[in-house]
Amino acid sequence: MAIRPILSTLRRHKTTAVLVVLEIALTCAIVCNAVFLVSQRIERINMPSGVAEHELIQVALADIGAKPDEHARTLTDLAALAAIPGVTHVSSVNQIPFGRSSSNNGIKLDPKQNKPTLNATNYFGEDIGQTLGVQLVAGRLLQPADYVSVKEASKAFKEGKFEGLPHVTVITQPMAERLYPGQSAVGKTLWIGSQIELRVVGVVKYLVRPSIWNDAEAQYSMMMPLQVESNQYLIRTAPDQRARVLAAALEALKKNNPNRIVWQKRTWDEAREKFFDSDRAMTGLLIGVCVALLVVTALGIVGLGSFWVAQRRRQIGVRRALGATRGHILRYFQTENFLLATIGIAIGMVLAYGINLFLMVHYELPRLPAIYFPVGALALWLIGQAAVLGPALRAAAVPPVVATRSV
Amino acid sequence: MFTYYLELALRSLRRNKVLTGLMVVAIALGIGACMTTLTVLHVLSGDPIPGKSARLFYPQLDPQDMDGYREGEEPPEQLTWIDGNNLLKAKRAKRQALMTGGAVPVQPAQADIEPFFSDSRYTTADFFAMFDAPFLYGQGWSAAEDDGKARVAVITRKLNEKLFGGKDSRGQVVRLKDIPFRVVGVLNDWRPNPHFYDLTVGDYSESEEVFVPLSTSRDLTLPRNGSTDCWGRGGGNDGDHMENATCVWMQFWVELESPADAAAYKAFLENYSREQKTLGRFQRPVNVRLRNVMQWLDQEKVVPSDVRLQSWLAIGFLVVCLVNTVGLMLAKFLRRAGELGVRRALGASKREIFMQLLMEAGVVGLAGGVCGLLLAFVGLWLVRQQPADYASLARLDLTMLGMTFALAIGSSIAAGLLPAWRACQIAPALQLKSQ
Repeated sequence: MAIRPILSTLRRHKTTAVLVVLEIALTCAIVCNAVFLVSQRIERINMPSGVAEHELIQVALADIGAKPDEHARTLTDLAALAAIPGVTHVSSVNQIPFGRSSSNNGIKLDPKQNKPTLNATNYFGEDIGQTLGVQLVAGRLLQPADYVSVKEASKAFKEGKFEGLPHVTVITQPMAERLYPGQSAVGKTLWIGSQIELRVVGVVKYLVRPSIWNDAEAQYSMMMPLQVESNQYLIRTAPDQRARVLAAALEALKKNNPNRIVWQKRTWDEAREKFFDSDRAMTGLLIGVCVALLVVTALGIVGLGSFWVAQRRRQIGVRRALGATRGHILRYFQTENFLLATIGIAIGMVLAYGINLFLMVHYELPRLPAIYFPVGALALWLIGQAAVLGPALRAAAVPPVVATRSV
Repeated sequence: MFTYYLELALRSLRRNKVLTGLMVVAIALGIGACMTTLTVLHVLSGDPIPGKSARLFYPQLDPQDMDGYREGEEPPEQLTWIDGNNLLKAKRAKRQALMTGGAVPVQPAQADIEPFFSDSRYTTADFFAMFDAPFLYGQGWSAAEDDGKARVAVITRKLNEKLFGGKDSRGQVVRLKDIPFRVVGVLNDWRPNPHFYDLTVGDYSESEEVFVPLSTSRDLTLPRNGSTDCWGRGGGNDGDHMENATCVWMQFWVELESPADAAAYKAFLENYSREQKTLGRFQRPVNVRLRNVMQWLDQEKVVPSDVRLQSWLAIGFLVVCLVNTVGLMLAKFLRRAGELGVRRALGASKREIFMQLLMEAGVVGLAGGVCGLLLAFVGLWLVRQQPADYASLARLDLTMLGMTFALAIGSSIAAGLLPAWRACQIAPALQLKSQ
């Protein structure tokens, strides 16, 4: 296929050709980055939690009037919940993964160090590891003998009696790797602030935080042996039993103390779903814009193609009369589109890289992976070819006899 | 001439219905997307208290110990109980209010309504006058009631409707956490956006439904919300002894009349810090801030980054749509070279041809703008269905409506300029010859 005649035709339609190239370039640049953003969001939505996802229920309550003996009530609540058929574990907890509200601390490796090494969230509650269903990779989970009540611990802390505080903790693997790179974390010590020393007794694969400010630190969680009376319960049961267990749990809690308002009752899956709502909305929006952009660009190519074909009817007729086959004409328009698309894609890639640099600076996005360039190019070539096919077929259908007619 | 050009434009547009539709749809999509996202951005970055935002200031101090100190860092975003009360009692500003947020169980007198939680604000007397909170009935409480830990409450119109059927409820009793409070005032609809006076309970959260004196809330240990940042031994606190804890959890606002007053107040804050350092309460070098409302919102980066990203995306989309339209229009105009050649030969000037073609572009732009506006309404409706807490705010106001039209006409004229200019460069003789 000779390219020279195509180039000389394009030179006669310089402005129009430049516009098509520009449109393809912009579309390419925006779509590449938008698709990359979508992939980032999807990865975020599918972030591992480290817990038994479909087996958990959260019930949180608050007292209406003065607080009763919280210790006694927590024990009766726990006993009543554990007695519900189908419940395998139950725990009174301070926070749940993806639950938004969280308690966090700066963690140091040495009490004298000025800035904490990292910031981690603290999960409290007897049996919390077993109830969450975390996956142990080294050492052990917390055991009843490790536990101290949070009230006594905070009293001891305020009075400076550090022996009354918990002494052990279980941390996640990502946190262990950050604190002790390349070493086994079990047996090592860490400090909360510069006063509380804890020995790591176990490492779990993952345990996601309740609220995430920085995705790279999403798994920085630790479990502390503290019993809490927070009026918040985490219940574990079989996935198909959750609805029944939740109803029974609410009834049992109400029976135990009716002077409470239930402000949260949901399966943990609902908590996860809600946590990523805005990411899902953004993903939908980005996909919508990508589709709209590609459609507009494709329609633009169809429109221009139709024009050029109509404009060149006579020349096509002449070429046909001089012996060009339908295939020649078809391929002429396809090649023309291919050329324009290639230039557009080349410029688009540079633009895409530029936009990515901008996003990296302003939105802390990683670098656009190289795979996006060939895939994006291929997609735009295909769309261009598909869009030009209609007009090109119409061009190929021009009969040679047109050449002999005056207009 | 205007009507003639209009008629020519319409005739030409009718001749190529699909193409005209394509151009209109492209412009409409671009404008619709752009206006939707820009409206959201406009609403979210708005001034929550216009006319007064430059006179309301948020003082910050640095009461932390030397642990983790690094020079040049921002002081904490909130104040301790002690510092907040010291600044409040110093009364160095025209008005000042110390506050924190919470949620209280409300028990309606009606047996058929279950008890529920309402967001609450625990604050001091000047709050209402300082923030221009509009009263439907009654007024706020007095400084004497602050001092006396009075059990009084201001409720919102919404809660008043729920509890008292919307009537003037001054003097009525509302039970909060099983304790009777006397209603002294009912606020009319009031929702500053963003929720500037306390961003820790959510940047765009709704206003609280119950307002109670801060002293009373501490006296009765009403439940508290929002963030608490502690250092030293503050972290072991159980919430009942927050007054002495080394934790920041209070917001403090002052109203200052002039820039000179603001400078004087800042000097006062610096003096206060130095004094506290001499007393041994503060350890770090003096590090104070005094920002007004808009500076504070800017510092806290309140506008969600996703919303900014969406605006950039929409602008990019509009540019592609415009390039698309320019291309199509150019092709269309150039194809009519013959016709334009005849008009030129018959005496039409370049200028007249240019105006005629620009009219055609304008008609496309107007149609695109109108459709774009409709799409923006649909888009904003979609935004309101989103789970974000700012979703309900996404509505088109007059400014944005005007901007939509300006954008639509402006961008389509801009899109028409190049094609029209190119088309009126046609040499008439050449076109006539080729016929």
